[in-house]
Amino acid sequence: MTASYETHEHDVLIIGAGGAGLRAAIEAIAQGARVGLVCKSLLGKAHTVMAEGGIAAAMANVDKADDWRTHFCDTMRGGKFVNNWRMAQLHAQEAPDRVRELEQWGALFDRTPTGDILQRAFGGHTFKRLCHVGDRTGLELIRTLQDRGVELGIDVFMECTITRLLKDGDRVAGAFGYWREQGRFVAFKAKSVVIATGGIGKAWRVTSNSWEYTADGMALAYEAGAELMDMEFVQFHPTGMVWPPGVQGILVTEAVRGEGGILRNKMGERFMEKYDPKRMELSTRDVVARSIYTEVKEGRGTEHGGAYLDISHKPAEYVKKKLPSMYHQFKELADVDITKGPMEVGPTCHYMMGGIRVEAETAVSTVPGLFAAGEAAAGLHGSNRLGGNSLSDLLVFGRRAGKSAAEFAGRASATKIDPEQLEQAEGEMLAPFERAEGEFPYALHHDLQETMGNLVGIFRNEEDLKKALVQLDELKPRLAKLRIDGSRMFNPGWHLTRDLKNMVLISEAVARCALARRESRGAHSRIDFPNYDPEWEKKNNIIANEDGAMTLHQRPVPEMPAELKQLLEEKK
Amino acid sequence: MPDAILRVFRGNKEGGQAVDYKVPLAPGMVVLDALHSIQAHQSPDLAVRWNCKAAKCGSCSAEVNGRPRLTCKTRMDSLPLDQPITVSPLKAFPLIKDLVTDVSWNYKVNKKIPAFQPRKDVQWKMDQRDVDRVQEFRKCIECFLCQDVCHVLRDHGKHEVFGGPRFFVRAASLEMHPLDGASRTALLKKELGIGYCNITKCCTEVCPEEIHITDNAIIPLKERVVDEFYDPVTMLLRKLRGS
Repeated sequence: MTASYETHEHDVLIIGAGGAGLRAAIEAIAQGARVGLVCKSLLGKAHTVMAEGGIAAAMANVDKADDWRTHFCDTMRGGKFVNNWRMAQLHAQEAPDRVRELEQWGALFDRTPTGDILQRAFGGHTFKRLCHVGDRTGLELIRTLQDRGVELGIDVFMECTITRLLKDGDRVAGAFGYWREQGRFVAFKAKSVVIATGGIGKAWRVTSNSWEYTADGMALAYEAGAELMDMEFVQFHPTGMVWPPGVQGILVTEAVRGEGGILRNKMGERFMEKYDPKRMELSTRDVVARSIYTEVKEGRGTEHGGAYLDISHKPAEYVKKKLPSMYHQFKELADVDITKGPMEVGPTCHYMMGGIRVEAETAVSTVPGLFAAGEAAAGLHGSNRLGGNSLSDLLVFGRRAGKSAAEFAGRASATKIDPEQLEQAEGEMLAPFERAEGEFPYALHHDLQETMGNLVGIFRNEEDLKKALVQLDELKPRLAKLRIDGSRMFNPGWHLTRDLKNMVLISEAVARCALARRESRGAHSRIDFPNYDPEWEKKNNIIANEDGAMTLHQRPVPEMPAELKQLLEEKK
Repeated sequence: MPDAILRVFRGNKEGGQAVDYKVPLAPGMVVLDALHSIQAHQSPDLAVRWNCKAAKCGSCSAEVNGRPRLTCKTRMDSLPLDQPITVSPLKAFPLIKDLVTDVSWNYKVNKKIPAFQPRKDVQWKMDQRDVDRVQEFRKCIECFLCQDVCHVLRDHGKHEVFGGPRFFVRAASLEMHPLDGASRTALLKKELGIGYCNITKCCTEVCPEEIHITDNAIIPLKERVVDEFYDPVTMLLRKLRGS
């Protein structure tokens, strides 16, 4: 009975208020839909705020030769050709308009001498392509979208966590969740739902991600019957902080290398000469992360197990102007002045290329009425994402998801909410309070992070991955018996019991896909299968939910039209 | 390394008290690390807001030894460890639980400010020097420490008639945007009550982004309000026009 719950009704419900969710909300409102936007944190705190380096868009303000074709080829090449070509094409074609739109909504990018938006170099991009604001581009993006959304009058539900999608037959019908403040339950009725909840970084101990990144949207979609794709492709950003312990994993922007930063090992060797002599520090993230990892593993790491990243050869004022937050981050947290000496950096779990399988044009998942965009969706980045392609992804596909979800809602009949589903969702949430015995969630989270960090990391092999699956299985009975103390009011431990369920589920999808792909490609490196396998270039891994059982199969990578194949040949 | 004692406020709007927790120190540890350690090992329901843990999102604001701080940026070794470190919720906002306060008032104030409105037939070209001035304001991470320390809000509770430093910064970012065509001076005078600010610069002192809130945002805005509403010539003209 919905009567016993606080219930809200919208045409389009958007879960997640980072760049993708906000952009989707803005578009859905522009289409005339009634829009609700739910977020786990306060508005404006989503992980988009952490994005530093820039938005990739072939504006050709700095390098006149750039155009969408080159951006498309760079993205496909960076993703090692298992990307959805159509997504890569739409992304490259539409990104410049999405950036201009931000400027029209008040964003202030750094400028060229002629007054246009300035663009900087980044790994894997042929031209200077990243529109940026120093090293706080994500803050500019999220604040601009937030202001725009507020102006348009989006209904925002802050500090509200969705724990289950509701179904009406095959269709999605809304969502069930709870208010963090008081722990009260809430139901949302909607004709369509957009998932924009980001990734799963918190399943690894060393990560650049905040507490929110617990695979929620992927788990919600999977449980509602949607397919997931390419879950083995987890990006380890080459440069996270390694010291002191409390800051391990915090992101050091690629813009340091974009602005001329040099990587060295403890002997002072510029080791990228060995691994990618052509692109050096601006090689793709998968290559640089593996290179640093290898240097450390072979005994050439720094005191705290990383590599040196040095920008101190540039004038101090320039460094402070172009990389202000890096300057403060190292000075205040690590006692290092980056204008005078090198930073210590090492790989950190950063981004999920895989996610909910969606159609390129509409961002619709395999469940009617359910859409996904941003990191929660799969396809654009293939096996490895280029820096700067995430913010543009959020804008391009956030807009497309919002548009399609509004159009779907416009055509669709009203949905019905099934009281039984609400009761089940409530019962599941209350169970940890009702257990007299059982463990608290923090130790289980620690063990999950150990499993994923040690066995499903940068380099993988069959033995480790099989062991990981066994260990994940062993976590499940513990998960079912988690206990929590205190009241429902703003209770982080309670929240973690829910997050863990999502993380364990989706970690299993990651390990299964990683075990299946018997080759190395992009961010997925198998020690036992170190080479590309042309057969695997034709396949995407698909995770499906068949009556509650997780299954894995392969689908052919969509075939590229002849003119794009030719383009890739020409731009080799 | 030795242990530290954290004296953390535990409670909700019905009441509460400070509770001491012994936390093992680690190199480079920040106050937020210590709070996380309490959650993981002693009190799983300790309520703390946080997100990025890198001073970029402005979620983890609290009062450490009485001073408004980002707990993710406050090093334990910068505090006197021979005595308990007190960690309390922001005082200027209603308490929810433990270190979490209800900051929704800020979002309501924000809604009053008209968004960016480009001038008609604008050319989208800007000089970096003009952009620099506004980018300083756009650095704001909405940690609300400036709101917390501002005595107009903290001590006098003028939330109904005063916007607070954060929203003067936002208004300044729009007013000084090289391509903006709207005016927000009437709003600043009437609804945001900028006249209540007597430029004690407390906000500037606590800003983790080092925005010169008073000098670069509030004072120029006050001047705009004065020019528009208190300039003798304009006042006379207004009187003559009967507006």
